[in-house]
Formats: sequence, C-alpha cells, structure tokens
Amino acid sequence: MGVKDASLKIFKAINVDARHWQIIALSGLFSVSFFTSDFGATPLSLLMAVTGAMLAQAFGTVFANARAAPRKAPSGTHWRVSRAQVGIVGWFAGFQWKSALITSLGLTILLRADSLWFWFAAGIIGISAKFLIRYKGKHLFNPACIGIVIVSLLAGADAWVSPGQWGQAPIFAAFAIGFAALVLSSAKRLDIALGFLAGFAAMLVGRALYLGDPMTIPMHQMQSGALLVFAFFMITDPRSTPDSRTGRFVFAFAVAALAAWLSWRFHIRGSMLYALAGLALLTPILDRLLPAKRFQWNSKEGHSNEPETVRGRTRVRPHIIRA
Amino acid sequence: MNLKQFGAALAFGLTSFALSAPTASAFCGFYVAKADTDLFNDASKVVLVRDEDRTVITMASDYRGDASEFAMVVPVVDIPEREQINVANPALVDHLDEYTAPRLVEYYDENPCEMRKLQRVTVTASRMPEPVMESVAMEAEDLGVTIEAEYEVGEYDILILSAEQSDGLITWLNQEGYRIPDGAEDVVGAYLKRGMKFFVAKVNLERHSGSSMLRPIQVAYEDDDFMLPIRLGTVNAEGKQELFVFAITRKGRVETTNYKTVKLPSNMDVPIYVKDEFGEFYKAMFAHQTEKQNNKAVFMEYAWDMSWCDPCAANPLSRSELRELGVMWLDEQGDQIDPIRPTPRPMRSRPMPQAVDAFVTRLHVRYDGKSFPEDLNFQVTGDRENYQGRYVLRHPWRGDYGQCEAAGEYAETLVSRWDKEADALSELTGWDVEDIKQKMADGGYSAASVGVAPPKEKKKWWQRLWGNG
Repeated sequence: MGVKDASLKIFKAINVDARHWQIIALSGLFSVSFFTSDFGATPLSLLMAVTGAMLAQAFGTVFANARAAPRKAPSGTHWRVSRAQVGIVGWFAGFQWKSALITSLGLTILLRADSLWFWFAAGIIGISAKFLIRYKGKHLFNPACIGIVIVSLLAGADAWVSPGQWGQAPIFAAFAIGFAALVLSSAKRLDIALGFLAGFAAMLVGRALYLGDPMTIPMHQMQSGALLVFAFFMITDPRSTPDSRTGRFVFAFAVAALAAWLSWRFHIRGSMLYALAGLALLTPILDRLLPAKRFQWNSKEGHSNEPETVRGRTRVRPHIIRA
Repeated sequence: MNLKQFGAALAFGLTSFALSAPTASAFCGFYVAKADTDLFNDASKVVLVRDEDRTVITMASDYRGDASEFAMVVPVVDIPEREQINVANPALVDHLDEYTAPRLVEYYDENPCEMRKLQRVTVTASRMPEPVMESVAMEAEDLGVTIEAEYEVGEYDILILSAEQSDGLITWLNQEGYRIPDGAEDVVGAYLKRGMKFFVAKVNLERHSGSSMLRPIQVAYEDDDFMLPIRLGTVNAEGKQELFVFAITRKGRVETTNYKTVKLPSNMDVPIYVKDEFGEFYKAMFAHQTEKQNNKAVFMEYAWDMSWCDPCAANPLSRSELRELGVMWLDEQGDQIDPIRPTPRPMRSRPMPQAVDAFVTRLHVRYDGKSFPEDLNFQVTGDRENYQGRYVLRHPWRGDYGQCEAAGEYAETLVSRWDKEADALSELTGWDVEDIKQKMADGGYSAASVGVAPPKEKKKWWQRLWGNG
C-alpha cells in the first residue's frame, strides 16, 4: 500500500466525523499553549476538565435516555443480548464523548485558575448547561463558553481568561490550525467564523480611525488567543448558533458588536465570551425569524445518525430498550 | 473619582546609565524639556497597587538632569481632587525595587572529603540612584485649553488640562516651554477623543528642597480599567523605553492581557565572575531575552508573597511602607499598625514571616511604538505561585584534590560544571561561549587550575568505547 493510499485512508477515517478535525486542531492549540507559554494550558487542568465534562456528559446521557425509554418501549427491542449489556449500552446510548472532549479542550486552552477544581467545575457546568438549558431540542449555550463565563464570574480573580499569552509566531500558527480545521470539518460554519472576525475587525478598525490611531493597533488587537479559539471553535458551534446563514451573520455581527462594546466600555478581558453567553437567547429568536434546516453532525455522509445530544422526540438511530 | 490612564512623560537629561540597569529611570512617556539637552529616555518605575477598582499609582524616576527641565505629562480620565494626589518618599520605590530585583545567590562548596555545607550571600542588581535637579516655571494661556484644576503638591506644580484639540494642547504646552516631540499629535488626540484629561507636573524650584532627589508622584483613583498608558513614551524617537511595573495586589500575580507575559529565565548556575559584573550581565541577559521574544514580550522578573522572601535581595517592606505605597486594604482588616521595619535577618536564616496580605509582581518591559503599539492592559490573577529571577554562583572548594578519592572526583565534576556554567551564561546573554571560558580560565576556573587533565580535545565516544582512539 502506498503512502498516498495510507494517508488517504487516514484522511477518510478522520473525515468520517467533522468533530475529529476539531479535536485534532484543538489538541494542536493546546500543545502550542503548553509548550510556548509560561502561563499556558497544562495537561493536569485538561485532565480535570475532561473528567468533569465526561461525568456531566454521562449523567446527561443517562438522564436523557431514561426519559426517552418509556416512550420507546412499545416499539420493541432490537438487541438480543444479556440484560446487563442492554442495561449499560442502553443507558449510555448516544454518549457524545467527542463533543465533551472538544468542550474540555476549548475551556482548558482559555481558562486559567489557581485550583484544578475550577476546570473540573467548568467542564461540569458547560456540559450540564448543554443538557439542561434547551429550547426546541437545541441547547442555548456553547458549553465551553458558558463553563468559562460562569466559573470566572463566580470565582472572581481565582479563575480568569488569559487572552494575551500567545506570542506572535504561535498565534499565526494557531490561526492556521483553526482555519484548516474549520475548512476540513465543516465549510458550512466558516461563514460565522469569518463573519465574526470581519465584524470584530471592523469595530476595531473603525475605532482606530475615529481615535486617529495607527492601524498597527487593531492589527495587534486581532492577535489574541482568546479571539482565535472563540472564532474558530466556539461561535462556530452549529448547535448553539442560528440554522440559517443570514441568521448566523446577524448573530456573528451582534456578538462582535457586543464584545467590542464590553471591552471598550467595561474593559472586560475576553469580552467575546461574555458577549456570546449574553446573546444566547438570540439564536432561538433568529431561528424563528429565519427558519432553516437543522444542522446534524456527520452530515457529510448524507445522513445524520448521531445528534449531538439525545433528543427524545426525534431520535434517528435504532435505540435500545432496557429489558 | 475616576482617574485612570497614566502614562507619564518626564524630562530627562540623563547622561550616564552606569550599571544600575535594573533600576534605572525615566518615564513611560515622552520627554518634554526646555533646553536642547541631549535627552533620551531611560527607565521609569511605576508602582500599581490594585484592589477591585481601587488603584494607587506611584510614578518614580531616576531623573538626574536639570530640575528645570523636568516635566511629566500623564493622560487621566477624570480630574483628581487635591487629596487624591500625594508625593512619596523615593526610598519606598527603591526599597520595592531592591526587594524584587533579580538576585545572585552564592554557594560555597566545602571540602569534598568532609561534609558539604552551603552558605549564601545575595547580591542584587539594584543601585540607589542619585538624581540632581532644579525646576521650571509655566504660564497659562488659552488655546482651546482649559485648566481644570491647579494644585501644589510637595515640590510639584500640577495642572489638570482639558482640550478640544490635540494641536491646541500641544501648542499651548510648547508655548509654555515644554518640548513636545513631533508626532505626539495623534497620540494626544486619541487620548482626548476618549475624553481624557492631561495631568501635567513640573518642579517648583521655590518649594524644591534642593535635595538631589525628585520625589515620586502618587495618585489614588478608582477605575475598572486596569491599564498603564505607554503610548506617549513611544512618540519620542530616541529608541526603546524601559519600564518597570511593580504591581501589588491582594489576590496574586498580575499579567498583561494584550501582550505575552514571559518569565525571565532563572535559577541557572553562572560563572563566578558574573558577581563582579552583575549589572552588565542583567542588562545583556534582558536584551538577549527580549530579542528572543521578538521584542514583544513583557518579562516577569519577580512574583512573590510580600510576607517573605528567599533569598532576600532586600528585606520585605514593612506595613507602613506598604501603606505609603497605597496598599489600602491593610487598615481595613482591622490590623494593628506596625511601624517597625523588619530587622535584618542573619544570613542563612529564612526571613521571619510577617503576615502581610500582599502579592507583588515585577514586570519589565522594553518597548517602542512598533513592538508595543497599544497601552498595557493588565489583569489580576489568582495565581500565587512564587517566582524570582535568581542566578547561582557556586564557589568551588580549593585545596589538595589528591587528599582523598572524593576530592579527585570532585575536581573532575568542577570542570564539567564550569562548562555548563559557561554554556548557561552564553545562552542567557548571547555572549560568546569561548570568551566566557577564557574569562573563567583567567579567573582560575579551568581544568588546568584544578589539575585535571589538560583541556585538550575530548575523545570521541567510540574512542572511549574501545579504547583505541
């Protein structure tokens, strides 16, 4: 087998799920942060975030399955296996470890704290919000974003967002990684990332023009690690952003404007995270005004068999009945 | 009262910089001067005490020029009341500087045939500056410039100015005899458009005690923005500016949010001769490390709980000193006032903990408009991990290396240790490693000096492997 075939095979294997690209890219960003910054992300904090996120994901999955099960019972069981197996597999059907891992990576890259428990808490809060705060089958908040926002609001100075700890070379590398991942994973969501970046850049340039500042200032302001992770991995979250393209642009510009205002008026560091959390309610409104087809992961394969979180009413995959 | 945004500008007729690299002076602003003296910016020292949105800024300088040429121009958001302005004892900032300065630690090897003991002494890179100065006079005139307030504080005459246009303000300042550098219009204009005022201070010769030292100006204010305007300092084309920020908080370390904060490399063993040129070493190391970061990083040189230090470059600051610097929360806890400075500790003992709820971060920035286009934005973090710039000198034991087997082995470890020290020094400063080794050899730190096999070519590993080399 030639190298070309092998790499094609690997590519296809990764490409099966768009989230694979995100996991690879976020792992790359995590490494950049860990190796190039004195105050970067650490493996231990990642471990804590993953633990918290997976725990919440497991609880949420079991909870959702338990709710869905009685309704599905009459449709009959598809599996002929032992009771125990059916029990375990059934309870954890649709366990979205990939999404939980993405959340963990995102919040580890951005969040800093003086105790490991804050990453654990952020993981739990982010994923719990995904299961608990929902509207019409879509969660309202991006899990990593809401995890960071709540933890940093509650903890005060004990947990903080560290947007500036990327050198110039690492930040360009990180931008490239993020862009590549987005193109590979879901070109559909490139619009919201670029829309947000363009909107935010326009705000910064506009302010620089108004103040008479040189363009080096907005250029410098765009080189922020928080901005990058946010644009490529948070606001692009298809599950907590509007379904229609127009809606997404409106949403992206609204977040950019609020983020700029928060940072100018209230001098909030990492303001885009707060802007996204604050505007979460805008998504269902925009979905109502501008309805469009709901996004599903794995849509590359032409059919969706794995909604990100279990949605009781419209589950597509063959579900399993507890015997 | 909301007074924010301090960037300052001092007039500096600095002639020599000597070896006080770490503590030298200047301000994070541009120089304004009356005479065409050979002005060039050096270092400024700013102490920022921060708790929630309460801030006390202390701006100090090692200004050594003519006091009549001294002036400070600082953008501020609001008009401070008279009670919000103070002058501080310069020794306070110097003490803080010494306490946080990078330090050398010395260890003495004992006779390897006996037990090894360690002893240490610290040397800091700090020097007390000795500025000399006189003062300047200023007139008032209207050019779209409003004098919002006028204060006499200590030896300073302070004006708070607002203006419609930057050129009006600059024209007025120039008429008053300040020399505002070309190109300041845009920066001044940007601050004015943000609704900011300008805080202008100069020395009143009549009230100036004639002492050789200009006292630091302090301002207490409240603002949610934790930042330091440095852009005025980049206007002057005299090259890079040197800035030290000493941030004292209750919570922990302070970092810049719009520039990368980097730890100054620390804890290396360096050759003994560095002791005699620690100032040079520190300057070269900082320059080299700055270059390595493409001139874009803010260096953290010290981050420590102010209750103690180990080793101490200077004693921890007393509570009264901290209070004078603006640590406003000490009294609020109902703590007793302790006006007594901690007494110097005997060597080799840890400093006595004096429970002070304060954490200091020393940041060192070398900046110009190209690498630091924006003002410095800070945030207080909850990180209380102690960090210090510390460099180790290990004095070898000297004696008869043949008196016991351990001594012979020891002599051999010395040689490889010195090689490592030379490499470390070269890595830190960018100095040529051969020059370093030569200098060490001149000082008696070479294989020859301890009677180890002469430093000829090392055998290749395969020659050692089969012994046929």
